[in-house]
Amino acid sequence: MTEVSSQVLSDSQGTATVFAGDYLNKLSGERIERECRAKLNEGCREIIVDFSGTEIVNSIGISILMGVIDAASGIGARVVFAEPNKMTTELFDMLGLTRHVEIRA
Amino acid sequence: MKLQDMRSTNFSRFAAERNKLVHTFGALAEIGQEVSNKHNFQETIRTSLHLVLGSLGIMRGGVVRYTRFENELNMVSARGLGDDFPFGMSLCYEDERQFLANGLYPIECDQARVLPFFQVYDRSIGQAKIELFVPLVVRDELLGGIFLGEKASGEQYTSYDKEIICAMGRHIAVAISQRNLMAELERRADENRRLYDDLKMTYKDTVKAFAAAIDRKDKYTEGHSVRVGKYSEIIARELGWGEEEIEGAAFAGYLHDIGKITVERKIINAPYRINAKESSELNKHPGAGFEILQPIRHPYAGVPLAAKYHHERLDGRGYPDGLYDREIPYIAKVVNLADAFDAMTSDRPYRRRRSAPEVFEDLQRNTGKQFAPELVTALLRGMMKELSGESKDKTFRKMLGREYMESEGLMPIVRTALNGLAPTSPLTFVAYK
Ligand SMILES: [Fe+2]
Ligand SMILES: [Fe+2]
Repeated sequence: MTEVSSQVLSDSQGTATVFAGDYLNKLSGERIERECRAKLNEGCREIIVDFSGTEIVNSIGISILMGVIDAASGIGARVVFAEPNKMTTELFDMLGLTRHVEIRA
Repeated sequence: MKLQDMRSTNFSRFAAERNKLVHTFGALAEIGQEVSNKHNFQETIRTSLHLVLGSLGIMRGGVVRYTRFENELNMVSARGLGDDFPFGMSLCYEDERQFLANGLYPIECDQARVLPFFQVYDRSIGQAKIELFVPLVVRDELLGGIFLGEKASGEQYTSYDKEIICAMGRHIAVAISQRNLMAELERRADENRRLYDDLKMTYKDTVKAFAAAIDRKDKYTEGHSVRVGKYSEIIARELGWGEEEIEGAAFAGYLHDIGKITVERKIINAPYRINAKESSELNKHPGAGFEILQPIRHPYAGVPLAAKYHHERLDGRGYPDGLYDREIPYIAKVVNLADAFDAMTSDRPYRRRRSAPEVFEDLQRNTGKQFAPELVTALLRGMMKELSGESKDKTFRKMLGREYMESEGLMPIVRTALNGLAPTSPLTFVAYK
């Protein structure tokens, strides 16, 4: 399994990409949130959370994602959820997360 | 709308409802597991807060724990409340009363402004956009609370949401209650330990006072009990005993002659070899000592037995019962050696103390007859360590005096005695050069 710290990549356009994997669903997923906050502090204005390798998002995952949304909205940055599966998309929709992020299929 | 469309709308609504149920029940199950697994309290609460927020899509929140002594709600875990949100929040009697009356059910902060708590913290609660406060009340006890912000959907909390929050809140309350219980147990254990330490101190003081009293009665053997205590301690330490047992050996030494307080002073202080009648009178002191010590609860086992049998010998020629080797309690053998060593190395009413060569020759000669070999080895090794500077301890120097310790050839004598004992004792693997 890859180290969680390598799950956040950033490019020169000020976009950071986070690979959600299944890390989000545990307390250790808080590291992803912390790193996103660090990227935002460094001037990054778009966070892409990549769900291509994520089968399911549980409540801990949702809470951590809301932390990311909260941090981004505080400084006017954008959050994109990329490639969530159908079930995860429905969950985001049901809980109202889609009001705060852009879903990219 | 066509029937077909209605069916598919109904189906997708049903599917969404089902997903929602699966999601919230998953969180509920996890929170129960988290609390019963009892890792670390902080982590349990942090995870629980994630689960509450994540199950219903609540943007921010915090869990506080109530401390009764300070009447304060202290933040245990918070998410998104901001740095300005107070860590500790005071409650007044009326707040507590109202929270208890409300029970474990969400209170709408907007509608609770009559309570002093919501007036005092109105600004903080408003800034953090807190909508609900859930008092964590279990069995008429306020344990803490949960602050909850707005939902990500922007919708109002439904009664279904509130039921879920209650169910999860109950688990968090149990976690806090368990933590409080643990803290209380730890506090009591601490208190007990302190009490026990105090008792031990009292015991030590009493024992030392007794030892001094015994020694005062016997003016020629002033300090005898204390020295026997010290030597017993050294032997026990060299035997590798634990600190408690070492202390026990010291106290057994301090008290070994306590029975002498029942013996006539003129017999104890006789400046000549006492006759048979006087001797039989003096020989009652071990039994008398046992009678005195037996009813007392000692923090160390064996103190009364050490007094009773400290004049027994391995060869069965001791008194009062003429016990043989294995019949003699071990602690009594330790005290016996310490006692004999002090008798040999201190002046008596009718004779001067013996010279070092005489003492060690005597010890060697009586090893296996009066003394257990490993005990003699332990005593000599303790002395050797002090002589060679291997140990910084100065007990022998204090007990025997500088002159005796620095007398010529003492170290070779002790070394020879130690090595001479080697074949009979499993404890003398290391020959002293
Ligand atoms: Fe004695
Ligand atoms: Fe004695």
